[in-house]
Amino acid sequence: MKVDRIADPWGPATPVGPGEPWPERVDAFLARGAAPERWVQTASLLHSDGDAYDVAVAHGRLVGVRGRGADRVNRGRLGPKDLFGWQANHSADRLTRPLVRRGDRLAEVSWDEAMGLVVDRSRELLREKGPGSIGFYTTGQLFLEEYYTLAVIARAGIGTNHLDGNTRLCTATAGEALKQSFGCDGQPSSYDDVHHADVIALFGHNVAETQPVLWRRILDRLEGPEPPRLVVVDPRLTVPARHAAVHVPLTVGSNLAFMNAVLHEVIANGWVDREYVREHAVGFDELAEQVAPCTPEWAAEICQVDASLIREAARVLGTAERLLCTVLQGFYQAHQATAAACQVNNLVIVRGMLGLPGCGVLQMNGQPTAQNTRETGANGDLPGFRNWANPAHVEDLARIWNVDPSQIPHYGPPTHVMEMVRYMEQGVLPFWWVSGTNPLVSLPEADRIRSICSSEDVFLVVQDLFLTETAAIADVVLPAATQMEKTGTFTNADRTVHLSEKAIDPPGQARSDLDIWLDYARRMDFRDKDGDPLVTWNEAEAAFEAFKRCVADRPCSYGDITYEKLRGGSGIQWGGERLYADGRFFATPDECETYGRDLLTGAELEPTEYRALNPDGKAILKACEYVPPQEPPDEARPLRLNTGRTLFHFHTRTKTARAPQLQAAAPEVWVELSAADAQGLGLVEGDLAEVRAPRGRIQGKVRISGIRQGVVFVPFHYGWWDRPDGTSRSANELTITDWDPVSKQPLLKAGAVAVVKIADADGGAPAPTNTGSAPVEPSGPSTRGGEDAMVESRLP
Amino acid sequence: MKLGLVIREVRDAEQTLAQQLNALGERHKADHDVFHLTETLQRIAHANLERLEPHGERYGVDVDPADAPTEHGSGLLEKAREKSAELIGRRPEPGLLLVRDLRTLHLLYAEASIDYVILGQGAQAARDRHLLDAVSHCHAQTLRGMKWTVTRIKTAAPQVLTS
Repeated sequence: MKVDRIADPWGPATPVGPGEPWPERVDAFLARGAAPERWVQTASLLHSDGDAYDVAVAHGRLVGVRGRGADRVNRGRLGPKDLFGWQANHSADRLTRPLVRRGDRLAEVSWDEAMGLVVDRSRELLREKGPGSIGFYTTGQLFLEEYYTLAVIARAGIGTNHLDGNTRLCTATAGEALKQSFGCDGQPSSYDDVHHADVIALFGHNVAETQPVLWRRILDRLEGPEPPRLVVVDPRLTVPARHAAVHVPLTVGSNLAFMNAVLHEVIANGWVDREYVREHAVGFDELAEQVAPCTPEWAAEICQVDASLIREAARVLGTAERLLCTVLQGFYQAHQATAAACQVNNLVIVRGMLGLPGCGVLQMNGQPTAQNTRETGANGDLPGFRNWANPAHVEDLARIWNVDPSQIPHYGPPTHVMEMVRYMEQGVLPFWWVSGTNPLVSLPEADRIRSICSSEDVFLVVQDLFLTETAAIADVVLPAATQMEKTGTFTNADRTVHLSEKAIDPPGQARSDLDIWLDYARRMDFRDKDGDPLVTWNEAEAAFEAFKRCVADRPCSYGDITYEKLRGGSGIQWGGERLYADGRFFATPDECETYGRDLLTGAELEPTEYRALNPDGKAILKACEYVPPQEPPDEARPLRLNTGRTLFHFHTRTKTARAPQLQAAAPEVWVELSAADAQGLGLVEGDLAEVRAPRGRIQGKVRISGIRQGVVFVPFHYGWWDRPDGTSRSANELTITDWDPVSKQPLLKAGAVAVVKIADADGGAPAPTNTGSAPVEPSGPSTRGGEDAMVESRLP
Repeated sequence: MKLGLVIREVRDAEQTLAQQLNALGERHKADHDVFHLTETLQRIAHANLERLEPHGERYGVDVDPADAPTEHGSGLLEKAREKSAELIGRRPEPGLLLVRDLRTLHLLYAEASIDYVILGQGAQAARDRHLLDAVSHCHAQTLRGMKWTVTRIKTAAPQVLTS
């Protein structure tokens, strides 16, 4: 059957009962008149779900996609971004030649000249200022092989502590919460748990828009026999919230208060698996003491919802027989992020709901290959979930790389991106190499970031597909290849590894990120301690095998996964279906990835403290008091700011704006308000309004949606590269510079704003009508893709 | 009974801490995490004084939590200082100043901490269970702040000293 997949992003139903396997449904979309010559395998690169598919190729160009029915993740299904996003590969404005700055313009040069500049500047700084003068900021969208190569170059080649990914904005709290609770990173559960759970709880996770295929999986259970009950914690009336048995529309900045009250109820009502806790966890008494005063009535005032609603949510969670919890940006990009995410871990631990079918927690990722930045160390951690504070782990890594341990910086925590920005501001980090990300639009307090990155004191290298806002102000721009133009592997949010193979050549002189870094390593002549080349591989598969050797004895071992095994068939999970099925964790003092931090301040525990707390390597029940957020609303700025994504776009739209169906579905920024707030401000649907924060202001048309009162939502995708007048409409003009003290994840859902009317409506807001931004009263046309968005779904 | 003497010491230590946290936050406004976290720690100092207040009363010591502000200064003078903090935030020296200020703060925490140890010992000897409970709680909070100074110094020092 054919379906307009812009109008119906999730596609046809295949309802299933508990424990039943998810049927295949193979989605396919071909450009009009296309005659595919061959199909080449890959997986989603515009979200974290890891949906597997093949891309059709004809005459050296991509012409369509088809889901892989055999794959465990999607069983053939694809979401709108995978169905239509590939068209961006062939955009006329792809970068095809290296560029270097000549005054106020960028001039085309040869690779030799561009890399020569980068290498000269690196050598000069290493000689004069040392490795701490060089920083790298990468993404969550490259391949494992590229991240690992970058990590080796940065850590052992340059020897800098300044390496981070934009995963800091997306998955940092997921990784950190897992480390704090289980001693080590690693996703405990599987997507398959959806088929066994009797309660599924989404904490700040708008799954319908972040991972449409995973939502289809949940929806198929909800529409099948004996459906699970859904608990949704979200200030917006998202699509999942509309399907929820209990929706808690708590206000922004109150997540931890809510979670503390939930744990209060669970403990007070005796919904605790005492035996599991005794055998497998430490810290229960401290947790119980922490949440003892946190009654639903106490939390209700902070969360601005009824106490009875909190009590009802806690009852559903506390009496579930097979509880699956998922967490994402509503928690991760908000006040007290790690503490709130840890409370979700605590919930499944005290309920003994871990490692069994339908039980557990999925601390989600926002990006397709974020998981790999964590495994390879491109997110700032050491490769293979090694503990930088454990000398034995550092020595082990130094042995594998054949360098002196002192070459690998491990004297303190790695430098997170916001700290790198601060060092640039102070003039002590004069070299920044940005790959595959657009910090001018994605980092908080955009005006500050712009001013710091444009400074003449910073030598900015940007490696990207397009001339993004950040590339436009760079000193050197390196044109990169993307998905289907290079080969590599990546791992999704449930640890499923996929291979993505090269299908076509990159445009012009663009090169893969791997080739760019290998070239840099050769030119820099990085050596190990015997004088041999530090980077010993020349292509992707050899890099994959080198990474496997680096993690062979670590929790994230890739075992016997090879390129050959990943060809055809399904992607393969590392670590098996569930990590903690035996109630054993990677948490003994000798194996843990971290000795832990205080959740309020981020203060590190000493190794001896950890040894005393958790000698046997159990799960750690860690809790923390709620404290009020920075910049609370006041009379001048009465609304709380919530920023986020829409189903049809990814990040700063570098690809999705260049896919016509996606761009048309959400062409412009909007400002989402509740009906009550809009009325109070004299605003109606479609009015042009200005959102004002102490740091900046932007304009957008008003969408009156089901969002709770007191909160305004602005999507974060829209920068200024495609605006004729170059003015910014970035949500980050408004956001505050602050981050979670534990995960260092910036708070993009925080701060107070005012909204004022600028002009009367001339039509509805340009927001999608079939997502979390649906209007309370349909006024204009509903979101449709029409003929160009018709997708074939082959049902069982 | 000389417990009042030590309560006075502890009170003074917490007040000094709160003032230093306030000053430090203002001075390092461009180090955003420091600015925000010193405010959180200020609130903890304030809460500690609140907890000590009734015990002070019993031992004839006036403990006034109001002496420890819960928010970073918002007067005109402070605004001017904040502005200058933002301006000097652009130069490398603040890094060194930050390490020095955190070092001072660490020593103040150490002082408060040992005062709590002394008071706790006295409370045990005097079999004053309520005072001991309060001291245990406050002492743990103080150690939290002290550990934070170590973590933050470990982060800041390498870049400052090698750049």
